Amino acid sequence: MEHPVQIAGLTYAYGEGALRREVLRDVELRVAPGEIVILTGPSGSGKTTLLTLAGALRAVQSGSCRVLGRELAGAREGERVALRRRIGFIFQNHNLLGFLTARQNVAMALELDGDTTEAGRLERAGRILAAVGLEEHADKLPAHLSGGQRQRVAVARALVGRPGLILADEPTAALDRASGQEVVHLLRDLARSRGAAILLVTHDPRILDVADRIVAMEDGRVVANAGESAATTGGRAAAADQHGL
Amino acid sequence: MNAIGDLRPALRGALRPPGFLAGLWLAVRLAWRQLRSEKARLASAIAGVMFACVLVFMQLGFRAALFESATTLISAMRADLFLMSPMTLASFRPETIPRARVSQALAVEAVAAAVPVYLAQATFRNPESGRRRTIQLIGFDMEAGVLDLPGLAPIRDALKQPDSFAFDSRSRPEFGPVPRLFAERGPFPAQIGNREMRVVGLVELGSSFGADGNAVLSEVNFRRAVRERPAALVDLAAIRLRPGADPLQAQAALRAVMPPDVAVLTGEELRAHERRYWEEATPIGFIFSFGSLMGLIVGMVIVYQILFSDIAGHLREYATLKAMGYSNTHLAHTVLGSAAILALLGFLPGTLVSSILYGVVADATFLPLAMGVERAGWVFLMIFAMCAAAGLLALRKLRDADPADMF
Ligand SMILES: Nc1ncnc2c1ncn2[C@@H]1O[C@H](COP(=O)(O)OP(=O)(O)OP(=O)(O)O)[C@@H](O)[C@H]1O
Ligand SMILES: [Mg+2]
Repeated sequence: MEHPVQIAGLTYAYGEGALRREVLRDVELRVAPGEIVILTGPSGSGKTTLLTLAGALRAVQSGSCRVLGRELAGAREGERVALRRRIGFIFQNHNLLGFLTARQNVAMALELDGDTTEAGRLERAGRILAAVGLEEHADKLPAHLSGGQRQRVAVARALVGRPGLILADEPTAALDRASGQEVVHLLRDLARSRGAAILLVTHDPRILDVADRIVAMEDGRVVANAGESAATTGGRAAAADQHGL
Repeated sequence: MNAIGDLRPALRGALRPPGFLAGLWLAVRLAWRQLRSEKARLASAIAGVMFACVLVFMQLGFRAALFESATTLISAMRADLFLMSPMTLASFRPETIPRARVSQALAVEAVAAAVPVYLAQATFRNPESGRRRTIQLIGFDMEAGVLDLPGLAPIRDALKQPDSFAFDSRSRPEFGPVPRLFAERGPFPAQIGNREMRVVGLVELGSSFGADGNAVLSEVNFRRAVRERPAALVDLAAIRLRPGADPLQAQAALRAVMPPDVAVLTGEELRAHERRYWEEATPIGFIFSFGSLMGLIVGMVIVYQILFSDIAGHLREYATLKAMGYSNTHLAHTVLGSAAILALLGFLPGTLVSSILYGVVADATFLPLAMGVERAGWVFLMIFAMCAAAGLLALRKLRDADPADMF
């Protein structure tokens, strides 16, 4: 099975001419199916840039970036938009639409799929909200939820479309310790049960334990790739399959 | 986490996006949900569109009333062709033509009758207050049947009495309660110019921008009232053709025999000439167009402000939707959908208010103001275009919602 993320020789620079600054240099990264990879590194080391490239939010400049079987180098805008529909994004802020209920916010992720019906979308949204423990809050507006609850809605929204890959950038930064833990564990369990791979950027040492593998970056390069071996990833993937029920 | 087990582990492959209409529906529904969530802002947006709508309706209404009232007299004449001085700018201020031209017209085979019409403005003394006001006098041969006004037929003989005239009951009220006085007393004396004359009946014509009121007289009585006018000059000639004659051929034949001091016009041409005067030679037409445009611009700015702040205030959310795979087109449909909803929600009450105002203003000004389907259709198109333009302008803000800046 092809890896959801296969990045090789990826180089990226902001600015042009004299202002040009390389922030990614010859990056190499693979994420196996069902694998949870945490990306760490000092501020400015290029983690977010790498995530936006893998998430098809930015055009690739040079190198190869294959995501969910699609080569993003040279991909057109329309192809990138289509690919984003198969990726679940979780941001530092929940970014929920304030005028929609939790259920409607989650259903928004399914409205991109022409094979769903309104009733089906709301039903699936309700089920995944129950899975993140928000059954009773499904019809509340985000303003009436706590920070941790909102981020759980965001997790539900990212996962409801059964994405093959989940990208998260500091998803716990805006949360207290307990809700942060809760959110990442939910994220891990849900992703595992569905076999989705996760690439997660964090500075938060308290959540490193959810990772199958930790990748460290520094100054635009991957410097440490702790624990990457066929055995580990294979083992984890198998464990995920059993978990998957 | 028991519920996790219910969720199928299958991963999603490439998905089929909703069809165009389904997608549009979802986009517009999102727009409506967003608009609905902020009631005060929605109310002010609707008020803005309503304002523009009412303003445009009133301006167009006045404009149409002006042009319509300017041609009521001509429209009431039963004639196929008209002779008029080429110098005449508008019928309320006519240049004269020699009376001989009227008889000359009879030389043309197709002409059945040629009737001189006399037009002049004179003062009319309000029988109650005694104040003088300018009234339009219309004089013609009562037997020729050239003017077809409601109420004229039964008083035709009465108008042949010396110094009698018929008063237009749809004149402005400043002329005094003439219709009421007539109903109470029957014929009564009234002063036109410096001459004592008698109101012997009522006709219906209507005031216009050129004339606040009208009085209809026989040819002879007209000359009595307007003594400075030489009998050999007339203001307009109404020509009726023999049955089956082609008006355009007759027009050409008349032109061939007439000297250049007379213009030969069809009824349509004369009405157009009259309209053109008000449209081009006076600032009135421009003022109304300008007023409409102002209303549309103000409405557009209001709608733009609302749509713009809706986007600007939700940039992160819009960017998140883009990150989730919503296309720019879909989000543009949402913004334009908001514009369309505002157009509709402002237009409907705006039209209702305008209909009511038309009634009020028509009663106050005696101008023919009425709501029509055609005008409502045009105004809807303008309001829709106004909102669409505001939406398109606001769309530029959508570009600032860049999902790459979200992480
Ligand atoms: N849009 C941009 N334009 C120009 N430079 C940028 C842009 N975004 C990021 N940079 C620069 O690129 C470098 C890498 O930024 P990036 O956000 O990828 O780092 P990061 O590892 O995510 O940092 P942090 O931990 O602070 O989030 C930084 O020096 C940053 O200043
Ligand atoms: Mg970052």
